[in-house]
Amino acid sequence: MTDEREAILARVHQALAPLPRRAALPEYDSEIAVLRQLLAGRDLVELFTERIKRVNGLAFTEVGALVAHLRANGWLHGYCDPVLWPRFAPLFGPGFTVETAFDRKRVDDYAFGLTRAAGAIAESGTIVLNEAATSRRLAALAPWVHVAVIERAEIFADLPHAIAALGSDPNVIWITGPSKTADVEGILIEGVHGPGVQIALVL
Amino acid sequence: MKFQPIDQFAATLPPDKRASVYQSTKATHEKRTKLLFDQFADPNRLREIAGGIKQHAIENLDTLLPRVEAKLKANGVRVHWAATADSACATVLGIMRARGATRMVKAKTMVSEEIELAPYLEKHGMEALETDLGEFIVQIDHDHPSHIVRPIIHKNRREIATSFEREGLGAYDDDPGTITRRARHFLRHKYLAADVGLTGANFISAESGRIVLVTNEGNSRFCLAATKCHIALVGIEKVVARDRDLALLLNLLGRSATAQELTAYTEFISGPKAAAQPDGPEEMHVIFVDNGRTEVLASECREILRCIRCGACLNVCPVYRQVSGHGYRSVYPGPVGAVLSPLLLGKKFPQKADLAKASSLCGACHEVCPVNIPIPDLLLRLRHRAKEESVPSPGTPPMGAWALLASQPTAWKAALAGGRVLNYLPAKLLPVPALHTWAATHTLPPWRGGEFRKWLRQRPKP
Repeated sequence: MTDEREAILARVHQALAPLPRRAALPEYDSEIAVLRQLLAGRDLVELFTERIKRVNGLAFTEVGALVAHLRANGWLHGYCDPVLWPRFAPLFGPGFTVETAFDRKRVDDYAFGLTRAAGAIAESGTIVLNEAATSRRLAALAPWVHVAVIERAEIFADLPHAIAALGSDPNVIWITGPSKTADVEGILIEGVHGPGVQIALVL
Repeated sequence: MKFQPIDQFAATLPPDKRASVYQSTKATHEKRTKLLFDQFADPNRLREIAGGIKQHAIENLDTLLPRVEAKLKANGVRVHWAATADSACATVLGIMRARGATRMVKAKTMVSEEIELAPYLEKHGMEALETDLGEFIVQIDHDHPSHIVRPIIHKNRREIATSFEREGLGAYDDDPGTITRRARHFLRHKYLAADVGLTGANFISAESGRIVLVTNEGNSRFCLAATKCHIALVGIEKVVARDRDLALLLNLLGRSATAQELTAYTEFISGPKAAAQPDGPEEMHVIFVDNGRTEVLASECREILRCIRCGACLNVCPVYRQVSGHGYRSVYPGPVGAVLSPLLLGKKFPQKADLAKASSLCGACHEVCPVNIPIPDLLLRLRHRAKEESVPSPGTPPMGAWALLASQPTAWKAALAGGRVLNYLPAKLLPVPALHTWAATHTLPPWRGGEFRKWLRQRPKP
């Protein structure tokens, strides 16, 4: 193993040695790839809720509206992050079965998974999950509906800001709309392995 | 007449396949162009910067690779190095055996196709299941992907429904929604039962040791939510120097590949799961794969190592659109494959030297490339190399007489003067039927060979 490391690095050195000079790292303003016209003067919550709809996601700013939507679609059995549940339980009311533990042996029992997000990106309508904020990777992925709870103050304007905020969390995931494929004849189908419905609840 | 293998393949392609490849590549290309030019004032500037970022990385791999290795180790990742495909496969098998693992779920990775990992693992008694819908269908059909981003661009829904029925995934139903739902239900239980999740890497940052993975289906996320061990196969050219460059590269990758601002899932992985997180890998391995890349780095075509595998050059290529992916006889098809595939063969370069000739050199691949790779220049360099190495080129008309004429001024001048007989050539009387059809509606312009030389000689000297 060490031998292969040394062999590969030696070949890299050998390949690069004849170059008279090495290409420099380009210096550029990250602003160049930001959709500034879209962002200029906009309230980030408003822009985010608009942009997530553009990627076929949904956004709610009140728990009541979310509960009504879940009920209307018959999504009555789900998982909720135990930290959030005491706050949400009174608003869900009767008819719902909500578990605060996620049993991986019964992934298909959960119609929805409600977890905390680490933030969101307004520019692209993206939800940001990480290990610190999100209680369970599977609960945000396996159920047909994923609801991410986002704090208003944690919405980044654009991609460069979201990159700068990656921090030391070992696993950060940006989710932009539902899980999707166009593998079969280029036809868009949502809900391949992950959620078919991606909802942001901005509070 | 004998033809190059790629021409032979194109000639036998059924018209319906050709039409479907043509239409879907064209549609994706048009959406990509609209999105980039609607949203950015100067998309070409973005491509140039992105090209500069990647060129810097490949020309500084000697410092970046040890740097990223140190970061990964500090993040709790075990790092392996594989000089060849065999060694990369053996490393994966070794990791699985050490854990007593028998079942692997795989996200889509081009390098695993390149090293033929799944067949290798199966031969050694392991299950290695593809989870990307397209790759899953390729696997159950014992087929090969024909596009970097759209592996089953060559298949229609009826073929897929037939395969699903054969595999016991349900009665024949060719509705794409039903096909997808059946794969969802079948595969989620496979993820949950698997021991190991294998992914590639779209980028890896030397600054933080962060691996970036993009998917639309969420299959790589499922691999990393359900299993306890993550193995990432990473080509050594995937390194970039800084985290901040990822924003620009991701902006270009999604738009170039599928005309999306961002792919649905973009994952930044810098190590095993957090202690408090119940789901995900406790153990993480990164295998850096060479498999010919250092030879490409030493060649005059090293720019091809900038490639971020978006497939935009395939979608725009007039040759790919007609030939489809399998004509390239390689894991990497299209213009990028025509450069990369023969180079990765090393000394066996002549086997695929014909691919560089499967291009009209129209330059469209260079124009769309998000990392600004001058693919037509590289194709010319490879054609030159094939000539230098005397690789046979069936189908190319004999050019010996022309070369003789063009390299001898006296002969050339005589031919220019003698060409005047063409003015009196009775095309209609020649025994070539195809020429009659042509001559019925066309006339040749009068031969004027030698006039430029005459003018040059006689022009007033300054």
